[in-house]
Amino acid sequence: MCLGIPGQIVGIVDEDRQMAMAEVSGVRREVSVVCVADGPLETLIGTWVLIHVGFAMSRIDEDEAARTLEALRELGEAQEALEAMAAGAAALEGRA
Amino acid sequence: MRYVEEFRDPQAAKSLLSRIAATADAIGATRAKPVHIMEICGGHTHAIFRYGLDRLIHEGVEFIHGPGCPVCVLPRSRVDECVLLAERSEVIFTTFGDAMRVPGTRKSLIQAKAEGADVRMVYSPLDALELARRNPDREVVFFGLGFETTTPSTALTIRQAAREGLGNFTVFCNHITVPPPIRVLLEDPHMMLDGFVGPGHVSMVIGTHPYDFIARDYGKPIVVAGFEPLDLLQSVLMVLEQIRDGRAEVENQYARVVPEHGNPVSLAAIADVYEPRPSFEWRGLGEIDASGLRIRDAYRAFDAEVKFAIGYGAGPRAVAEPEGCACGQVMTGRIKPVACPQFGLGCTPEMPLGALMVSSEGACAAYYQYGGARAASQVQEPAE
Ligand code: SF4
Repeated sequence: MCLGIPGQIVGIVDEDRQMAMAEVSGVRREVSVVCVADGPLETLIGTWVLIHVGFAMSRIDEDEAARTLEALRELGEAQEALEAMAAGAAALEGRA
Repeated sequence: MRYVEEFRDPQAAKSLLSRIAATADAIGATRAKPVHIMEICGGHTHAIFRYGLDRLIHEGVEFIHGPGCPVCVLPRSRVDECVLLAERSEVIFTTFGDAMRVPGTRKSLIQAKAEGADVRMVYSPLDALELARRNPDREVVFFGLGFETTTPSTALTIRQAAREGLGNFTVFCNHITVPPPIRVLLEDPHMMLDGFVGPGHVSMVIGTHPYDFIARDYGKPIVVAGFEPLDLLQSVLMVLEQIRDGRAEVENQYARVVPEHGNPVSLAAIADVYEPRPSFEWRGLGEIDASGLRIRDAYRAFDAEVKFAIGYGAGPRAVAEPEGCACGQVMTGRIKPVACPQFGLGCTPEMPLGALMVSSEGACAAYYQYGGARAASQVQEPAE
């Protein structure tokens, strides 16, 4: 919860609500990009960001993203974040 | 991992370790008279244990584990209030998974769920908002927990709820801020800290200036650090060099992610939605002035404390810590986790008595997971 996880913006979901699709370790998840957007959201596609509980909080470069993800895996935090994303999806379906 | 060879760049790690050793020697730090460096953030605590940095580093450098794990400092009174909210039949109580096992006076959220309360783990407050949209006949309460890393997310979610005019979404706000407890620790006459490693991702939001008082008013160095092992070693070296040179400054080792002035959109959202409470209770540290946030009047329709008449202002607050728990002393660095009489006996990650044993970012859980249990069995009877 306290450490962000790197993801890559792969699509725009809702320009109005500033929501984009991010890919985090192969898992897709809607995230808010309001904290990192300046200008049209298309310009974010392909960008790597640090995501905290569903909000992109900082742009990072690809190398930083790879090293951060590696460190998070070592700490077990990457797995935890992915499990939390799955739990979030399950909660919406009323399964958890 | 306790061998330098396993680091991403063993050569760089070795060179940092030897420069740390030389600097510690230059300061005159020894095992008997160590330099005390507090890592504020629980993520750093976890990384230090995971990589065995406390053992690899010169013996004159001792890490003191700070209060930067929001789950660990959450008082029992607030857990009790979560359980009360979750037990209301109209409520869907949503929370980050980390908070599920924190013990309250009566029970934890996971126990409440097992007994039938509708408690759901979510990844993001946005998931809770979506649940509110899909369940207009239920009250969705989100347990807002965390430091400045998660505070912007609940602020922005509340603003979105306001924009949509959602009437069944509230936040039970337990957001806390990093600087006030640091000031409390620095004011403590028994304080023996010589410098700080500052949190990385919190600073990404707030920037480095909120730490200025540490250097200016208390003459202590602080270096904001990333959480890769090399970042941590580099930051410890920077702290030691400041001590050696008689400097006290705020330095930023993690500038590739942390801007000097933080993230402006996040800071604006926090200021718009939240204001400081007069005081807030921290487990192990007690009430600390202006250390917690509450929802401003303009957004009171989204404040679970207002809607359900619970929390501050709703009754007496003090709830004693469990018998025999030394969380407070561990949290302030007075004793090591293994010195707590409950460590590994009445308190394990499976059955935590104190909150420091719940999260992997808590000092007791980290000790337990990475070999501290062995240390404990040397000073007391084995746990089993
Ligand atoms: S071992 Fe348990 S009770 Fe003792 S200080 Fe740690 S968390 Fe608290």
